[in-house]
Amino acid sequence: MTNFRTRSIDGELQILKEEIEGYALTSGLDFYPVLFEVCDYDTVNILAAQGGFPSRYPHWRFGMEYDQLSKGYAYGLQKIYEMVVNTNPCYAYLLNANHWVDQKIVMAHVFGHADFFKNNLWFHNTDRKMMDVMANHGTKIRRYMNRYGQDRVEAHIDRVLSLENLLSMDVLFETAELQRRRTDIEKLASEEKKQGQDDDRSQALKSFMRSKERYKGKLEGPAKDDERASDEARPMAAALKKLPTKDIMAFLMDYAPLQEWESDVVGILRDEAYYFLPQRMTKIMNEGWASYWHSTIMCTKALSPSEIIDFADHHAGVMAMSRQQLNPYKVGIELFRDIEYRWNTGKFGKDYLECNDMHEKTHWNKNLGQGREKIFQVRRTHNDITFIDEFFTPEFCERQQLFTYKYNPRTGRNEIETRDFQLIKSKLLTSLTNFGQPLIEITEANFENRGELLLRHVHQGVDLDMGFATETMRNIFQLWKRPINLLTKVDDSETLFSFDGKEMRTRAK
Amino acid sequence: MDHPIKRDHSRFRKIIKGKIRENLRKYISKGEMPLPKGDGTYRIPMPSIDTPRFKFGERQQGGMGQGEGQPGDPVDGQQGEGPGQGEAGQGEGKKELEVDLSLQELAQILGDELALPNIEPKGKKTIQSDAKRYTSIGTTGPDSLKHFKRSYKEALKRQVASGTYDPTNPTIIPIRQDFRFRSSDMKTEYENAAVVIYMMDVSGSMGDEQKEIVRTESFWINLWLKSQYKDIVIRYIIHDATAKEVDEETFFRTRESGGTLISSAFKLCRDIIAADYNSADWNIYPFHFSDGDNWSTDDTKICLEILDQEILPSSNVFCYGQVESRYGSGQFYKDLSSHYGEAGEKVILSKIKNKDSILDSIKDFLGKGK
Repeated sequence: MTNFRTRSIDGELQILKEEIEGYALTSGLDFYPVLFEVCDYDTVNILAAQGGFPSRYPHWRFGMEYDQLSKGYAYGLQKIYEMVVNTNPCYAYLLNANHWVDQKIVMAHVFGHADFFKNNLWFHNTDRKMMDVMANHGTKIRRYMNRYGQDRVEAHIDRVLSLENLLSMDVLFETAELQRRRTDIEKLASEEKKQGQDDDRSQALKSFMRSKERYKGKLEGPAKDDERASDEARPMAAALKKLPTKDIMAFLMDYAPLQEWESDVVGILRDEAYYFLPQRMTKIMNEGWASYWHSTIMCTKALSPSEIIDFADHHAGVMAMSRQQLNPYKVGIELFRDIEYRWNTGKFGKDYLECNDMHEKTHWNKNLGQGREKIFQVRRTHNDITFIDEFFTPEFCERQQLFTYKYNPRTGRNEIETRDFQLIKSKLLTSLTNFGQPLIEITEANFENRGELLLRHVHQGVDLDMGFATETMRNIFQLWKRPINLLTKVDDSETLFSFDGKEMRTRAK
Repeated sequence: MDHPIKRDHSRFRKIIKGKIRENLRKYISKGEMPLPKGDGTYRIPMPSIDTPRFKFGERQQGGMGQGEGQPGDPVDGQQGEGPGQGEAGQGEGKKELEVDLSLQELAQILGDELALPNIEPKGKKTIQSDAKRYTSIGTTGPDSLKHFKRSYKEALKRQVASGTYDPTNPTIIPIRQDFRFRSSDMKTEYENAAVVIYMMDVSGSMGDEQKEIVRTESFWINLWLKSQYKDIVIRYIIHDATAKEVDEETFFRTRESGGTLISSAFKLCRDIIAADYNSADWNIYPFHFSDGDNWSTDDTKICLEILDQEILPSSNVFCYGQVESRYGSGQFYKDLSSHYGEAGEKVILSKIKNKDSILDSIKDFLGKGK
């Protein structure tokens, strides 16, 4: 990357990188090439504000993140040691002010993430060329801003960002349609290649052109696809076929009465949101896995005796438990270690579970030695929900001193609610369901035969914040341009909210 | 060339200040307004814009934590996580920062945040005084002021330069010329003093919420003025139909039920100034907070008279903060603004709707650098 703000590591750091990389490889980690870059804290703050990417579209949200990160750093509240981006090659940033031992930890940690990005199933379809894609998105949006005015484009982005959390996990897997689209694109790309054998345009430019192609294909309607061509004439009929859908951005991109640039922006923001989705779904595992490996590599190989105190101090800081929220680093690393221990000793399966002799159970050891193998397998196939669901045991829960808390209106404070295993587990799973966001789907696009949109909130025990919901519906209204309805539960009774562009009406169902 | 994010940043700051994209203003949250606390923990203003999204209602949701304690024990008020490692594109944690800061630093942050201008103290008789500050380094001095780090550095430099430094045995032996000592600089300071006189309507219509606002606001005003003046005196006056001077605690606690004669407070304020504070030596800041109700238009007339003839000539600036309450008519604000204009030079008016507008109002009062 030719960016004057960061520079590739060289000298001692390069030697260190090769050393740590060697440890990572012999431990069985498997990753795309990792490129470390060094930069100062201001640059780290910039990169972190932009989700790890050096170039994004212009928007105040990045300025806001940057504002908060810089203040946090200036007032000594927080410091980012490291950042790693899921791309191929995998970019990782080191802070130039880090201590030597910190650089070691960070590198070991980064190789853990890099392995996870490459091998975890949920990342299987993420675009590894995201650096280029993000930069292209920036170029396109800047161009739209030049043409249509910054305020106008920015206001549109603001509205679309209201929907950024309404994603469908199904999209992460190749659906038949996705595959077809992909082959189309690939065919196109290979044709392009044939046309210009010595086409020396950069990969980035090509991906930019492809995204335009994709868009054109959608608008003009591919003649080869009869069904879609006929649907084009009756957009509503086509729209109805797609329902119900949780992929709300895609639906609005395809069927809302938007101008060309507007729906292109929806598509851009949707692509970016889906790129980040796997990371949101595997926070505990990803951080746990990286922490497991920095700890293992440091303690068994990389650490020199004089560094042990600094390492312990730093590691303990990262692993600190909090009473207000779970620390994903802590829960993740402990759970991976617990799994390794259980599969080493054989503390799993029918025999173990049905054993009633507490003494025997405590001293259970079959010397299976399958722990390492097991955790590698787990990091490949699980996401946070299945990870917790399958491996979160009563013993683990007790050992980690977990509890749930709840707001007590009488005392006006949050209080410990329970330490009951079942309740904790179900609360934990609930909080991870749909990556912690309310599950909203579009169920009708021609509600009551008036072209209104009907959203359904799949209620799982927690009500929506209706203040925010109203404003969100206001934003959707501006995209759909017809009234928006929301079916949800308020205090256990089904309620239909309707927003007609001016005011909100409620109706009990 | 600066990184493009600086443009995003200045755009964000402009939105926060309400200069552009005004329809976003309703989504701005000022962050937890820092409240004065005994233990020296303050919350830093951290404005943010919340993009509206479908999200869960907060209180109902609760959360999870790790640690000791029985069911029923509170989980708040504990230190949060230590330094963490960040990773791309994750985490949507709440931005609520608690930190230990000195009052000096806090004033600095407030000043930066609101872009407050420094105050040029008035008074012809500002007295000069010289103070020693140990801010520089010299080559001579007593052992007790020896600066070890600097001495070491000098010795190291000398040894490296003269080739006597051995990396395998890095022993540094300073000689006489290497020693460095802390030495003093004379700094001229000007004696200046300010008095802040708070007046507040404590009649029945001012509720607890309104008083809390005045309390928070006065904390920040004091903080800022303290950072600007060497000596500061604060006096408190409460009034309903009559006024009396009280101590700080009483000021915020008292609640009367009588009617409201604002002139009573102004008269007392005038008397205090006349008795104790010579306007040539003192920077005088009268602040008046009320919900805008006054007993009669006649009384308002008296108020304006006292202001014009006696209080204003001796004060740096007179500030009136009107705290919105359910019962207050807000008439006094209108009276003052029709007499002095919205942006008067010597009279600053501000309406304080709720807790979130405290910062704006502080900016109104102190933003002129008077």
